[in-house]
Amino acid sequence: MRLNDEEQAMLAGEAGSVAKIAIEHQIKVGRFFKAEDFVPVTQAHIMADTESLGQAGVMWLEKLADAGEAGVRIPTITDPRGTDFEKASLLGQADWMLELERRAIEAFTRLGVSMTDTCINYQTVLAATRGEHVAFGDTGVVIYSNSVGGARSNFEGGPSALSAGLTGRTPRYGYHLDSHRQATLRIRTDWTPRTLDDWGALGGIVGRLSNNYWQVPLVEGLETAPTSDELKHFGAAMASFGSTALFHLLGITPEALRLSDVGGDKLAVTHRIGESDVNALKQSYLVDAGIDVVVFSAPQLSIFELRDLARLCEGRNFKRPLLAVTSPQVKPDCDRFGYTKAIEEAGGTVLAGMCFYQSYAREMSEAKGWKRLATNSAKLVNILGGYGYVPMLASMQACVSAAESGELQ
Amino acid sequence: MSTTRYQSRHAMGRRVIGQALVAHDGLSARYDLNRLQGVFSRPAHKLVGQSYVDKILVLDTAKGGVATAWMLHEMRSRNMVPSAIVFNTVNTILAQGAALGDVTMLAGFDVDITAQIPHGAMVEVDPDTFTIRVLDPSEYPAEAPGAPDTRKIHGLL
Repeated sequence: MRLNDEEQAMLAGEAGSVAKIAIEHQIKVGRFFKAEDFVPVTQAHIMADTESLGQAGVMWLEKLADAGEAGVRIPTITDPRGTDFEKASLLGQADWMLELERRAIEAFTRLGVSMTDTCINYQTVLAATRGEHVAFGDTGVVIYSNSVGGARSNFEGGPSALSAGLTGRTPRYGYHLDSHRQATLRIRTDWTPRTLDDWGALGGIVGRLSNNYWQVPLVEGLETAPTSDELKHFGAAMASFGSTALFHLLGITPEALRLSDVGGDKLAVTHRIGESDVNALKQSYLVDAGIDVVVFSAPQLSIFELRDLARLCEGRNFKRPLLAVTSPQVKPDCDRFGYTKAIEEAGGTVLAGMCFYQSYAREMSEAKGWKRLATNSAKLVNILGGYGYVPMLASMQACVSAAESGELQ
Repeated sequence: MSTTRYQSRHAMGRRVIGQALVAHDGLSARYDLNRLQGVFSRPAHKLVGQSYVDKILVLDTAKGGVATAWMLHEMRSRNMVPSAIVFNTVNTILAQGAALGDVTMLAGFDVDITAQIPHGAMVEVDPDTFTIRVLDPSEYPAEAPGAPDTRKIHGLL
């Protein structure tokens, strides 16, 4: 890789030991992907829940913080944590989990990282704009920022996102390059989803068809432009099912106003998706009427999803736990607008700053006896099978009814 | 001596020899693994129930979320990590995780590498030459099993 004077100085340790560790890591990754140089980035977003970090990861962060150097150079924020400290007992989380969380938070804070604890920063903190180079973690954040915002990011895992925060740059490869942002797969849908779970299911199907990080699906045929929440579920599911980092919606997303803008005119339509395909994906998860827990998470809920949920909860009395997870930025409004009260009077719980699957989901299942889980998040059902759950995908309305009756209709 | 070397476009890490665990399937440490027990745990995964510890994983593609970047490092700290990972196509996360977790990795082949390497075969992964090859039994290192026992890693014993 070509390094400029500033980067050479970092590599030589002239900017401190932490910047040296960070840029060495970035060079190793950059060389693997044959990056020619670095590109400056304006923001970094770090996925670093302690279930992923483990003791080893927290100790690595503490080592960087203990150096007592300058810390991050650009606005650097965090993905959801592994708990909502106020509600940890409800989740059956052990003290050691909370202690590890506190240590990680303390190390990040010493490194100058802003603890936003959100995977919907594009709705709540600072949306990246078209052409802006960023280093974002959380696949849902990356695919939304790339596709809807027109920003430029690869999936940056925690170590690389933190490194980008510490050096202010990232290796120039993948979706930082124009050549990788052209469509590689042209898909037509003859049906436009209406509910969030349907958008997620459609995203999951597109993700399965794409099936690797370097495919860029172009989807055409949608009758209306989706909302931010619909695109959030669509993209998060696509990234989860397919490791997809960028999609284009013809005439809707900013880089694909015309087919030729993303090379779609050179591609044949190779896949067609209809309502029956979406229903088939949802049906494949509906294996048991009984429900142990209902979860709205992955991604965190916007204020308007919480508004809709609160309305559905009015007058209900839940037999099963219902967890609604949002960001620390949205939670105060949720309280202020009375949505938290409506959800919790029915027996539900609003959690902030965490995400269900990043919060020791396996241990929660064992501690709480939660196995059969209903959600409207296609991303969540895709993930939780590996954690020993039987996840089922249904509409928000059906999930709320399941919390009340104990059965998913 | 086996001479068929499969050339990758991307490589990092050190040369390793070990038993290959092969499937035309993806990998995410978060979605697919029980990292405490060291086995594939997602029911739908083709290697479900099999131990990945010290194995050379030969898989189709990297899947899912960003957590794997930390998880390979954490798995390394407990000596519960694959000795190498070989993909047809890799995503950024797995490569970043391999860099931090010091896991040898190859990716990007002109053939479907999961169709070329027999499940259970002893293989050599050499990042210096960007290659993987199946070893002849005469080349097995003394500390390795005398012959690959595919039944074990298929969960039949």
